[in-house]
Parts: sequence; C-alpha cells; structure tokens
Amino acid sequence: MREKTTTLYLGPQHPGITGNMMVKLQVQGDTVVKAETHVGYLHRGFEKLMERRNWLQSFTIVCRICVPEPDPNEENYSRAVEEIEGREVPERAKYIRVMTLELARIATYLLWYGGQSGSAGLYTMGQWSVGDRNYILDLFEDLTGGRIYHMYIWPGGVRRDLPKGFKDKVLRTMDYIEKRLDDYDKLLFENSIFQKRAKGVGIIDKNKALEWGVVGPPLRGCGIKSDVRIDDPYEVYDKLDFEVPAMEGGDVWTRALIRRFEIRQSINLVRQVLDKMPGGEYYNKIPNPHKWTIPAGDAFVKTESARGEFGYYMVSDGGNKPRRVHVKGPAYVHGVSLLENLLEGENIADVSFIMNSLGTCPPEIER
Amino acid sequence: MAFFDLKGLLSPITGLKQFGKKPHTIMFPDVAEHASDRYRGLHFNKLEDCIGCGNCSTICMNEAIDMIQIAGYEGKKGDSGLRPRVDNGRCCWCALCVEVCPTGSLNLTKDYIFVTPDANDFLWTPGVDNKEKGEQNISFYSDKETSLSDYSRVPMRELDGDVRIKSFAEAVLGYNEEEARKEASRCISCGLCTESCPDHMHIPEYINAIARENDADALRIIYDNNPLPEMCGKVCTRRCEDVCAMTHRGDAIAIRWLKRYATETAKNADIIKEIVNPEIKEANGKKISIIGAGPSGLTAGYYLALRGFDVTIYEAKAKAGGMTFYGIPKYRLPAESLEKQVGYMQSIGVKINFNTRVGKDIDFKEIYNNSDAVFMGVGFEKPWTLGITGEELNGSLQAVTYLDVINGGGKMEIGNKVAVIGGGNVAIDAARVARRKGADVTIVYRRRVEDMPADWEEIEGAEDEGVHIMPQGIPIEVIGDKNGKVTGLKFARAEMIPDPDGGRPRPKQIEGSEDILEVTSVIGAIGQEGDYSFIPDDMKDQIKIERGRFVVNEDKQTSLPKLFAGGDSANRTADAISAIADGFRAVKAIEKMLIK
Repeated sequence: MREKTTTLYLGPQHPGITGNMMVKLQVQGDTVVKAETHVGYLHRGFEKLMERRNWLQSFTIVCRICVPEPDPNEENYSRAVEEIEGREVPERAKYIRVMTLELARIATYLLWYGGQSGSAGLYTMGQWSVGDRNYILDLFEDLTGGRIYHMYIWPGGVRRDLPKGFKDKVLRTMDYIEKRLDDYDKLLFENSIFQKRAKGVGIIDKNKALEWGVVGPPLRGCGIKSDVRIDDPYEVYDKLDFEVPAMEGGDVWTRALIRRFEIRQSINLVRQVLDKMPGGEYYNKIPNPHKWTIPAGDAFVKTESARGEFGYYMVSDGGNKPRRVHVKGPAYVHGVSLLENLLEGENIADVSFIMNSLGTCPPEIER
Repeated sequence: MAFFDLKGLLSPITGLKQFGKKPHTIMFPDVAEHASDRYRGLHFNKLEDCIGCGNCSTICMNEAIDMIQIAGYEGKKGDSGLRPRVDNGRCCWCALCVEVCPTGSLNLTKDYIFVTPDANDFLWTPGVDNKEKGEQNISFYSDKETSLSDYSRVPMRELDGDVRIKSFAEAVLGYNEEEARKEASRCISCGLCTESCPDHMHIPEYINAIARENDADALRIIYDNNPLPEMCGKVCTRRCEDVCAMTHRGDAIAIRWLKRYATETAKNADIIKEIVNPEIKEANGKKISIIGAGPSGLTAGYYLALRGFDVTIYEAKAKAGGMTFYGIPKYRLPAESLEKQVGYMQSIGVKINFNTRVGKDIDFKEIYNNSDAVFMGVGFEKPWTLGITGEELNGSLQAVTYLDVINGGGKMEIGNKVAVIGGGNVAIDAARVARRKGADVTIVYRRRVEDMPADWEEIEGAEDEGVHIMPQGIPIEVIGDKNGKVTGLKFARAEMIPDPDGGRPRPKQIEGSEDILEVTSVIGAIGQEGDYSFIPDDMKDQIKIERGRFVVNEDKQTSLPKLFAGGDSANRTADAISAIADGFRAVKAIEKMLIK
C-alpha cells in the first residue's frame, strides 16, 4: 500500500536556526520525500543598499549580513576596499583583526552548540554555551562598544586600539572557555542521545561535496582539507602556527567534532595573536568620508568564516560609492541546494538538526 | 553501538555539579545595568559645543538624525542654531555620527535602557532630553586622533621672507592641482561658511566641484555671484574661514586658496569667457551709470550688463579695481590678475571710462539725469590723521596715500627707518611695502598683537619679512628737526584694562613710560573716510548721509530712488567681499525697479 504524502511547512519563523526561512516538506509518515526551501522573508538586499551608500556608510551595514558572526563581513568589506584603493593597513591592526575574527569564530561555535543541541532537544547545553558566549560578547563590548554588531574592522585598520587591560581579560576568558569545553564534552559529545541522533545523519557525499560547492566545517567533515586561512592566507594567518582538521564521515557527528576541535584551535590562535601582536598604529585614517573616492577597479577577497569560505567581490567605478558588491557566503549553498538534497529520506525531527549542522544563515542568503 | 551505553547516560548527569552556581546573566533591575567604557548606547550632545553643522545627519544612512530648532539656541555666525534630534527607532548605534562630528560635541553614552509606551517618545534630542545623566555617562566619543574629520590644512607654499622683501613678486604661490584636491576633500559641506560670507557665495558647491576634479564647474559656480573671484581668492578677508566647522579642533578649510586655485585655472579673460559662457540677455534699452570701478561698482556693472542693461562705469583713476588696485600691494594681488578679471567684464559689454573723475571731468547731475539708475561705489579715499602734534612734518604721511603712489607705479621717499601706526590690514600692507623698499619697519599698535584687526596670515607674513611689531604702544608726538623733517616718534607704553562688560580690553597709558623711536618717516594707518564733494550741494540735501556713509536700505537704495550705493561708502564692514555683495544686491533691486 502506498503511503499518503503530506505537505509540511517548517518555518518561516526561525525554523530551528537563526533567521527566517521556510522549508516546504513533502513527507510520508515521518520521512521527508522532498524538501523545497523558500527564502525571502527578511526583505534585505544589502548588496543593492551598498550601491546607494558611500564607502564608509556601507561599512556599517555589512555586519548584518550574518548576525551571529558579523566580523568576516567587516573584514572582507574592508580588505576589498583596501585592495582596490591600495590602502596600507598597519601590522598591529592586522593582528587585532585576526583576534577579532577568531573570537567571533568561538562565539559563533558556542551559539552553534546551543542550536545543534537544542534541535536535538538537549536544552541545558544551549544555556551553558550561550551563557559562556556572553563572556566573549563582553570582550567585544569592551573592544568595540557593541556586543553583536561590532562595526569595528573598517577600511584602513580597526576603529579603536585595544582598551587598557584587554589582553589579560581575553586570556582569562580563553582559559575559562577552554576549561568549559570539557564540561561540554560530557554534556554533549559523550551523551548517547546526541551520538545516536548525530551519527549517520545528514551525510554529505564526499565525491559530490566539491561539486556542490560545500565549504567550511561541512567540507572538512567529509575529509577534505580546505581552509582559506591556510590555502590563501590573509591578514597575518601565515604567521600563525595551526593546521586544518579534517575527518571522514560527512555526517552531523563529524561536522560537530570538527567544530569542537576548531574552538580549541581558535583559542590557541587568539593566544598566539596576543603573544605576537606588535605595537604601533592601529589605523591608517581614511579621508573625509563624504568626499572619499576609490579609484576604479575591482577586487575579490575571501575569509574563512565559522561557516566556511566567505567572499566579497567589489567593483568601484572611481566614485564615492561601490558600483557593485557581491557577497558570496556559504549559506546559499548549504542552506538551499545542499539542504534540499540532504533532507530527502531523513526524519522530520532531523530537519532542523541538519540545518544547524550546516550553519544555515538566512540573512546571508538574502544578502 | 550497543543500545545500552552507560557512559553516554552518566556523563551528561555530571552537569548537575553546576547546580547552585551563580548564574551568568544579570537580572535587571535587581543588578544595576553595566556597560563597558566604550559602549555605544544612547546619544548625548554637548549643546554648547555643537555648531549645528549637520554632519551627523548627513552621514547617518538610517536617516535617524534630523536637525531641529530647539529653545534657547539661536542661529548666529558659525552656528546654524539647529541641533540633532535622534529617532531611536531608526538608529543602529553605528556611531558614525560621533566619528564625523567636527567639534566632538556628539557622543554615545552607557545608557541603553529606554522604555516608553508612546512611539513618539523615541524621537529625542540628545543633550535636552537626557540632560541630567548624559555627560557623565559618555562612553563612545571621538577625539582629534580618531575623528574622521581631517583637521590639518594643506600648507600653502610661499616665497621665503628674505626672498620676498627683494621684490614685489607674489608672495603666496597658490595650490597646485594635487594640493587643491586634497584640501577640497576636507570640506564637510555644512554651509556655515555660506551664511557667514557677505556675498553668500556657493562655497560648499564649488569646493565639491574642485574635489570632483571639475575645475570648470567650480569657476562657473563661483561666477554666479562674484565677478572678482580671483581677487577674492588672493586677498579676501574670508569671514567664511573664521566660522569653518574645522576651526573647532583644527585648521579651517582654505576656502580662499581653493577659490584662488579654481580661478587661476583660467589663464586669461578669453578662457574665463569660454568656461563661464554666460548668458547675456538682449539689450533692454535701460542706461545705468556707475561711479567708481571698485569691487562694488564692477560687480554691479558685470551683472547688470549680463541682464541686458547699458552699463557705463566712471573711474577717476587709470586702472579699475579701486582699493583692490591702489590699496592692496602687488605682492598680494598682482596687477595682471585684476586686469584679467576686468578684461573679462569688458569683453561681455561693461564700458569703463578711465581717468574720468565725477564732479570734475563730468558733472554728477548730468550722469544722474541721463541714466535710469545710478550706482555709487566711491569708497573711502580720504585717510584719517592721527590727531597728534607734528603730523604736518615732512616725512609724516598716511598709508593709503603711500600705497596709492607705490601701487600706481610712482615713487615716494620714506628713508630707511619707518614707524607704521595702526593694526589693520592697511598698516600691515604699508609696513610690508616699506620693507620691500628697504626700510627697517616698526608697527606701533595700541593694543596687543592678538587684538590686531589685521589678518593673522598678514601679521605672520610681516614678521617673516622682518617687520617689528610693537604692541601696546601709544603714539604721542611726531618729532622733527629744525628743517621740518621727521626724526622720531614719541610714544608711551600701555597697559591693558579689562572691560567690565566683557568687551576687548582697553589700552591705558602707563605714566612715565614715554620713549622715543628714531625714525625717518611715520606712516599713519588708522582709517579712512569718504569724499563726497562730487555731489552738488542741492542734491546732497536729498541724500541721507550718516557718520560718513550713505544711508541705504536692504536693496542698497539711497534716499533718492534712482540712486544706489555700495561698498565702503555704504557699509561698515569695509572689505571687498561686502562691496561685491552690495553690488550684487543692488543689481537685483535695479532690475526689479526697472524691468519687472
């Protein structure tokens, strides 16, 4: 007897992930037979907005392209502008940028802990990790004046130098987070519920991963070593000692392990950066923003965000506004085409779980 | 994996050890809100420091900031009187408004809690609505280092002082293209300068054009209401720069030098005509006579000619420009520059009758009766005397007379040691000219150097050239020998008495401090007045004159409807740009009176 197919709408209000999107599911019993993603609930369009704002004004909106991790956007935007204009960035600023990016990565993974475990029904984990994330946000507040939208990395360097006593505070926080990771392991990775839910679920075919354009932890979770920080180093990553983790498996479990490893790695990177950070200027001042023009040209820059390779293509026609900015984030691949493929044959209860494991971020799809 | 996994069940239970620990989160209002020292919270504006330039409003991409009128703050020179009002429903706390605030008055605070049942309450004026706890809570601010305003002026290249005194070559060399673009790009287009300019020149607009690398556009914008821009670009008193938003923390935009740059891109009168390409209206048959080819007369003549009037200017001297030719030394304003600008005016139809003194060569009444309107820009020619003993001696002279002779190409013997009395631009001009003629020059001024009405750049220039300045010196007597030749200046020292009403301190002679400065000449430069003897007595009765100046209404119209007046003889500001403004104003009034 053929089972009846039912249509189920997941979302559009925060379908287990940050941001609004909808997944239209055709289900037979508990099994998804077809998934169709629908985006467009956020009414954003930052790329177009930037064409109407001058080079400095555009800087303040890019952070909104990814709410949980705004800094790669700021860094990409700034570096693209600097590359077209040929603006030098002081060495100290580069170190501060890397510190900011790594702190943002830790904060993002801590939030991911919450989402990943929450979508498996393990709510304590989320409360712990989101609580601990607040300590990183405290650091951001001290450094940038904002907890979520930092608006800190801008063309020419960073907006302000490190405040007094900041270095020690960062190190103390890193020590604390590192200690807490053992607790997290007990609560999540050693938890049989999580193991049973995560292993063998949402498997990405290693042979197809590159073809589909999978990046970041999902790609490394397929056993493919790929990381912009190593492959195409930017800022001062080439001066830091670290390696890319990769594990075979391609399921939610391996992706989780990769992130678990990378938090420790980022803590280590932050320590290295603070150790090696030179003194000097932190900012190569831009001219009066109202009359700041950038020579005609274009640039493509990319960073490794917590969700994978994040790129900006920027064109200047020589005026005081960007002619075109194209944001290439991982969420478009992960959250639309890849997700639709992965969900087929999975359990309804695993839909949000898989979405979380891919780092789907609707604001970035609708950049 | 076996179904029963003991470790997998027990491990999560270890989480219970966290039970009873102090929570991370801060409960409001049990624990007072805390924000970091750099927090970007609600705005606070130091109203007294704010100048209402609106730069915060311009940079805000959310259109969260409106500039509004608030009680207790009136517009004045250098302050629009407006203050920012923030719509906290639109603000994203990016703090770009703080980064671009040229005075540093706008800041963000540690306050971030604002609860109201009425959405309209989100519109509030920083500094007014959070007056009590705003200032001590300031957290995100921008100092001179971090500010995105560029406070440093591109320095102007000049000849060295010791080179300058060897000739009358122009001392200021002018910006080159790169320097001009850089300087122009500092401007934030607030427009406070426009308000302060007597002629309300379109300053932000032409500076924008220069920054956009469109010098021709800049020149066209400039010529919209100033037909002597190169002169202004070299010697204007530049009240615009006094109020520039950048002066609050640094150097004013070099508005004068930028104007000079734009005008110098047109090398001769033909090129000016080609670039400005003005629309000249068809002749309307109305005849206008103008007395005096000074800045006000030339301005009236130029714009009236463009509007189709038949314009004739009567000039007593051989050259046009009035005081700008005969009063301003050639190292500041070369004769060729003025000739170029006047040449352009003549090319569009302004007729100038040189060497024609009204009242002597031609009768005033005749001009008056044969014209549809008459504009007088006769200026102040007659110098004031010092009113001290010995002024009649040989070697005691007046600065305007001296400058008139030298600028006209003549010679005047002043000896090798000169005292100039006064602290205005004319005094400095006379001193620097005498210096170029090889004299050792001392300026004697009653008050302090900072009280001198002369342009600070002129004072510095004079000092660079080796002119001595003796502040707080009161001249008492010009001393001569038995042949009636000046040998010295008797003066006394002065102490400054503070004005109880808050005005500038007054000099008071110190008893017994008299001394004698040995000099060969004494040049007085304490002011001039008008000479209106060209007006017949029967007409003089009908023209109202008060304190040496024609009384005019807003349209620069005298008590005789057909007769207009402008420049030094009609306004109290006594500078070229005010004269130009008068001329421009009169043009509009004359056109209204005769055409519309």
